[in-house]
Amino acid sequence: MPSTQELQNLVTQVRRDILRMVHKVNSGHPGGSLGCTEFFVALYNEIMELKDGFDMDGNGEDLFFLSNGHISPVFYSVLARKGYFPIEELNTFRLINSRLQGHPTTHEGLPGIRIASGSLGQGMSVAIGAALAKKLNGGNHLIYSLHGDGELQEGQNWEAIMYAAGNKVDNYIATIDLNGQQIDGSTDDVLPLGDVAEKFRVFGWDVLEIENGNDLKQVIAGLNEAKSRTGKGKPVCIIMTTMMGNGVDFMMHTHAWHGKAPSDEQLETALAQNPETLGDY
Amino acid sequence: MTKYIDQGKNDTRSGYGAGMTELGRTNPNVVALCADLVGSLKIQTFIDENPERFFQIGIAEANMMGIAAGLTIGGKIPFTGTFANFSTGRVYDQIRQSIAYSGKNVKICASHAGITLGEDGATHQILEDIGLMKMLPGMTVINPCDFNQTKAATLAIAEHQGPVYLRFGRPKVANFTPADQKFEIGKALMLNEGTDVTIIATGHLVWQSLIAAENLENQGISAEVINIHTIKPLDNEAILASAKKTGCVVTAEEHNYLGGLGESVSRVLASHHPTPQEFVATQDTFGESGTPEQLMDKYGLNNKAIEAAVLKVLKRK
Repeated sequence: MPSTQELQNLVTQVRRDILRMVHKVNSGHPGGSLGCTEFFVALYNEIMELKDGFDMDGNGEDLFFLSNGHISPVFYSVLARKGYFPIEELNTFRLINSRLQGHPTTHEGLPGIRIASGSLGQGMSVAIGAALAKKLNGGNHLIYSLHGDGELQEGQNWEAIMYAAGNKVDNYIATIDLNGQQIDGSTDDVLPLGDVAEKFRVFGWDVLEIENGNDLKQVIAGLNEAKSRTGKGKPVCIIMTTMMGNGVDFMMHTHAWHGKAPSDEQLETALAQNPETLGDY
Repeated sequence: MTKYIDQGKNDTRSGYGAGMTELGRTNPNVVALCADLVGSLKIQTFIDENPERFFQIGIAEANMMGIAAGLTIGGKIPFTGTFANFSTGRVYDQIRQSIAYSGKNVKICASHAGITLGEDGATHQILEDIGLMKMLPGMTVINPCDFNQTKAATLAIAEHQGPVYLRFGRPKVANFTPADQKFEIGKALMLNEGTDVTIIATGHLVWQSLIAAENLENQGISAEVINIHTIKPLDNEAILASAKKTGCVVTAEEHNYLGGLGESVSRVLASHHPTPQEFVATQDTFGESGTPEQLMDKYGLNNKAIEAAVLKVLKRK
């Protein structure tokens, strides 16, 4: 088990990776990636039970599905630094002939990816299917998924939310990244989500909240708490409040960095706020 | 001409149900999903015999496609079931991203395809589904012609690795292919050898083509009849060999002429052996309420329409 300091160092390094990846190709989604860095680092390095290597079926291990595929930079960085593929490959993000497509895909055979995502609202259904397969196979491992809050505007989520509760899919933990921002503005301005936690509750889920999703200790504690609530007849939902653009002062408190890359100067400022810890790729 | 005997009218969807019953007994990885249409899809026996391998999704087709994609992760072979309209148009992006692009081994099984759905009318009669599905990279598209062929196709797609669209229908139609047939995906079937014209048909229009060929024979016209059950991948070789022999082609399908079998055939002919072709298909229109027979007649999808198309194409040779 890595120490908290080791994990924190990884968080900082992943933030550097995200910024450098997006800057290099002048495209991609840094905001949500930076906001979910603690979550990804905790999930892959502290929470999930993972086998060595990668196979698509993932029998005998926990599985994760990213529904809001646009935050691929954080996903790729954490997968690479976990050893799924060479860290140097982060250099190919969004370039022609790369396995690191703009949005994650199985199509190019990148280890660690089990479903394409990008067109929003589809990941929860897929995760439920994988959870059902785990049950059929008699495995007791868990399925995790992550969803943007704006993504909940897609109706398919609510089909899936109803199904999971109605069918007691209790080997499944869905996390909602509640950052209150989407491309066109705040979620309140674009299409108010209302009380997301209460909505999951009335649909029949066991809901817990992580008040500060950018506090590594809180994220780990919340995920462990969620784990302890599995197997009790209800799917588990974590409402995780994060700050889009976290770790870079000028990217926070705004939706502006949802899908925009920093300039050379902005990159320098951002990297200075996240000093190198484990070595840049 | 080769004689085909109707072994007793039956619906192709019951062929699917019979195939699922057999798969339930023989392949432990096969699972069935349904969006509130169990009776229409004829899968009650599968459910009774394998309750743990059946997932009632409710009226939520998008969720069904996603759950099916997820079930493949862990080695299951999901068969989704609902009407063709709700199996394709309603969930196109879910199929595109979570199944086709993701390369998932999902079998999208679609009943009540085409205009013969009948009285429910155009909201439920999809005539665009073959086009939608064949455009997806990696998708196999199959439209069997009778009960026996649908059952055989259902068994065959379970053995095939990759996404498949299996299209079948509601009405009871002639059941004339052998019960013990081996179904080879992508392989055309020569039903009748002829020399004057090639009729290439899929689905319910295959039996109609055989009736047309018999009538044409009485008029001294020798029609070759080819059954294309797999629209993608298409059996180019069989189509080209026949077109080279007869010099003209009629395609017949219960689908819009845009995007259907006819277009796939014309692409092959245009690329390799340009040949006059007539299209028996709906003419870029929606359907309407009526009995299947009335609708097939009104929209030009029966043996009479095929005969007329043959007489027309013969003049273009």
